[in-house]
Amino acid sequence: MSAVATSTRQAPGGMNVKLANRIVIYGLLALFAVFYLMPLFVMLVTSFKTMDEIQNGNMLALPRAPTFEPWLKAWGETCVGLTCAGIKGYFWNSIKMVVPAVLISTMLGALNGYVLTKWRFRGATLVFGLMLFACFIPFQSVLLPMATILGSLGRFGVTLQNTFGTSFGLGNPTVNLVFVHVVYGIGFTTLFFRNYYEAFPTELVKAAQVDGASFFQIFRRIMLPNSLPIIVVTVIYQFTNIWNDFLFASAYAGTGDAMPMTVALNNVVNTSTGVVEYNVNMAAAMIAALPTLLVYVLAGRYFVRGLMAGAVKG
Amino acid sequence: MSSVATTQIKLTPERTRPRVSVRSRLQDALPKLVLAPSFAITIVFVYGFILWTVYLSFTNSKTFPSYVITGSRAYQRLWRWTFDTDPPSSWYTSITNMGIFGFLYIFICLALGLFLAILLDQKIRGEGALRPIYLYPMALSFIVTGVAWKWFLDPGLGLEQTLHQWGWTSFHFDWIKNKDFVIYTVVIAGVWQASGFIMAMFLAGLRGIDGEIMKAAQIDGATTFQLYRRIVIPLLRPIFLSAFIVLAHLAIKSYDLVVALTSGGPGGSAWLPSNFMYEYTFKRNEMAVGSASAVIMLMTIVAIIVPYLYSELREKPR
Amino acid sequence: MAFLEIDGLRKRFGQVEILKGIDLDLEKGGFLVLVGPSGCGKSTLLNTIAGLETITAGEIRVDGRTINDLHPSKRDIAMVFQSYALYPNMTVAGNISFGMEMRGVPAAERQKAIDKVAKVLQIGHLLQRKPSQLSGGQRQRVAMGRALVRDPKLFLFDEPLSNLDAKLRVDMRIEIKRLHATTGTTIVYVTHDQIEAMTLATKIAVMRDGEVQQFGTPAEIYNNPSNLFVADFMGSPAMNLIPATIGAEGNALSVVLQREAREPISLPMANAPAGLSAFQGKPIIFGVRPEALTDPEGAERNASNIATADCHIEVVEPAGSDTFAVTNLGGKGVVARLRADANIQPGTNTPLAFNLTKAVFFDPATETRIR
Repeated sequence: MSAVATSTRQAPGGMNVKLANRIVIYGLLALFAVFYLMPLFVMLVTSFKTMDEIQNGNMLALPRAPTFEPWLKAWGETCVGLTCAGIKGYFWNSIKMVVPAVLISTMLGALNGYVLTKWRFRGATLVFGLMLFACFIPFQSVLLPMATILGSLGRFGVTLQNTFGTSFGLGNPTVNLVFVHVVYGIGFTTLFFRNYYEAFPTELVKAAQVDGASFFQIFRRIMLPNSLPIIVVTVIYQFTNIWNDFLFASAYAGTGDAMPMTVALNNVVNTSTGVVEYNVNMAAAMIAALPTLLVYVLAGRYFVRGLMAGAVKG
Repeated sequence: MSSVATTQIKLTPERTRPRVSVRSRLQDALPKLVLAPSFAITIVFVYGFILWTVYLSFTNSKTFPSYVITGSRAYQRLWRWTFDTDPPSSWYTSITNMGIFGFLYIFICLALGLFLAILLDQKIRGEGALRPIYLYPMALSFIVTGVAWKWFLDPGLGLEQTLHQWGWTSFHFDWIKNKDFVIYTVVIAGVWQASGFIMAMFLAGLRGIDGEIMKAAQIDGATTFQLYRRIVIPLLRPIFLSAFIVLAHLAIKSYDLVVALTSGGPGGSAWLPSNFMYEYTFKRNEMAVGSASAVIMLMTIVAIIVPYLYSELREKPR
Repeated sequence: MAFLEIDGLRKRFGQVEILKGIDLDLEKGGFLVLVGPSGCGKSTLLNTIAGLETITAGEIRVDGRTINDLHPSKRDIAMVFQSYALYPNMTVAGNISFGMEMRGVPAAERQKAIDKVAKVLQIGHLLQRKPSQLSGGQRQRVAMGRALVRDPKLFLFDEPLSNLDAKLRVDMRIEIKRLHATTGTTIVYVTHDQIEAMTLATKIAVMRDGEVQQFGTPAEIYNNPSNLFVADFMGSPAMNLIPATIGAEGNALSVVLQREAREPISLPMANAPAGLSAFQGKPIIFGVRPEALTDPEGAERNASNIATADCHIEVVEPAGSDTFAVTNLGGKGVVARLRADANIQPGTNTPLAFNLTKAVFFDPATETRIR
């Protein structure tokens, strides 16, 4: 495929035409690179500027005297709603929500994919189809019932709290969000693992059966050790999705101390009290973006594969 | 052979016709038992909840869910609002915005994605550096994207002001504050976020095309342009379909971006149906109407996704 | 009582019947090859013996014990797979001993068994490697080692050589034959390669569309195919199956073969099969293997019934050890196998000797053998 461009016909003066072509191509590519980088660049430089410099200077100019002050303020002091303790608490809220949700949904997806490909039964395709469709529903269509259920569970949790001294996590917004993200994430994780295991040689499973390995032994000893690539893909995909979620977060943990990062950021930015501190806002946005950006930088290849796997099924 | 492994534990046959024991029947059912919780969760929390939402849309629910069926009042109101253009109802605004946003977002992402993929496929030095630059916005949340673009498009702080400083004082760009144009800023930010990913999909498709077909076409005398128009782009049809599905479902789900970028726009002028649903359900205490709008969103998705999934999952002849 | 007995075995996937009543048996120490084109059900049959697929009806017995409902690991079988199915995450030693590990054999005993098998198969130096670091032939050996170490009652091979290149395939074929000869195990072996079937088997079952077409020793299958399919499938190059009619010459029947633009050939038969007289004047399929159609000097000396006829040679293929000549009879290309040094030119008319003792006849309507 890549060989195509090089062998374009060599007309008289072909070298010049070719050179001109290359200049145009590189020029366009550079222009788009600027388009994609600009917002990040602006965010980054603004987050290191003082308010004074922002108001009187150029958006694109590098900070004259770079300062970490906005970052520190965003992390530890800025006001989210009425609480002014920075976004650090919300950052940890997100971590506490993301880690269990990713682990649980990935594990379930792996088991489901294993069953759906290696232990096929009548109706397996229908089961998979129903689970897959769940990936595509607009979450608005389940938002309300879930809110009702979580509300009831919360009240039940209070009863438990009063009776036994512990609510077993019922009513805890973080637990709620973990639950919600697992429920609406298993469609995707199942899809990933199913497609991966579909190509996984069934003869290995047969050989293990002949060797006397049980259902779970085959999963643990044969499937999982050979699933590293898809585990990485799934974990990254789920991590990004859940970290970036706003709809569920705002619906089920939209206020109070349990807010995840995205909701907190939105509150910081849209807060109407006092002077708007753009540099702090940008620093907060950068902090919210850093975990997923970091994952992207470290494992971009898997990130893209996950996105593709979510788009193209087999 | 017996010389090889005399240390084997032999399984001596006890019975000539062993019964199927409870344990082995449990073993047979184990795979289904493992799958069952996930499937049950899906049935209850996806399909059950969808039915619940449908039910609510036929009730008179306001602030709290009510379970008294009052008929299709909510739908009738939405239907009336669909034609309310003076002043436009929020629902009218939401669905026209959906049309504008959906069309432009999908079209521009596809066009730009394909264009960039073709450019990048021309043996570009530094492709490895450019690709991640085009793609990274997909890793960001809509909230961060919204915050970044809100700043960038702000007439007093962003692009406009910068160009003024550079001397182009007549430059005027205030779409983000303009109720007629605010939806286009959502398109810009949305395209910025997703087009790189679409590019990656197309690039993967291009790389998957059999090189010999290319060589054959070149020997047949096709120019580069003809090669792409007649051979390559038709071969990318499945990618177009996948990309369309991805974009369509992202578009209909878009909620966060509107909130973070425009806070709904002046007078709700940037709303999409997803924002309409959220606002009516949780802020305006019109739960039945919110549910009805959610059902309509779902139906739109169903119309697009179900035929696609069906064709993808149809039992392929072995 | 045979060691392996399969009675009335049926397997159905939904509406499709994959195996339509299979009856087979194999003596202890025998080597049964299931051969047939892809989709004939031979691998499914093997999988049902292994217990990897359930059966719809019938019975499978090994050494007198019915194993229909037993889990694969309880059937005392070992299996070598087409792709070798080596666990990629384990070393060679781990692969070989995984089955023992699953059955809770202590580590020391496992090690002893591994060492023995490694010695037999000469893979001692590979034990700590991962499958991805092995060549095709080495993987094949490890896969056999994994089977050998179990010392099972029954060995199952599922097209074990089809992933190897031509030369290695011949080497491994000999190795399997040697292993069978030295260890005396009972083997069921699936292949689509009829040369493997001929060379390895003590018994061959030729399968098509879920049915056994013929079950017998390699010689029976080769010399006495019971129907057109078996005749066509077994042998390389394939048997010539020529549309012909039965005529009479004096008291004897004769085979009449049409030729292009020339008068037909009539080959008189000294001792035609009894059933053939009913076909006088009717079309039949005349089957003759290439080696039974040769130059008169190369014809078998002591064959009782040889007829010679002039044939127009269209193509000559010198293959080194033999020379193959193609002529056209009954509207089909017919291959004759000649000595390597036979002097034969394309485009000439050359006399060819038909060894009618080895010829077979089929009813074109039923495709069965006329005996």
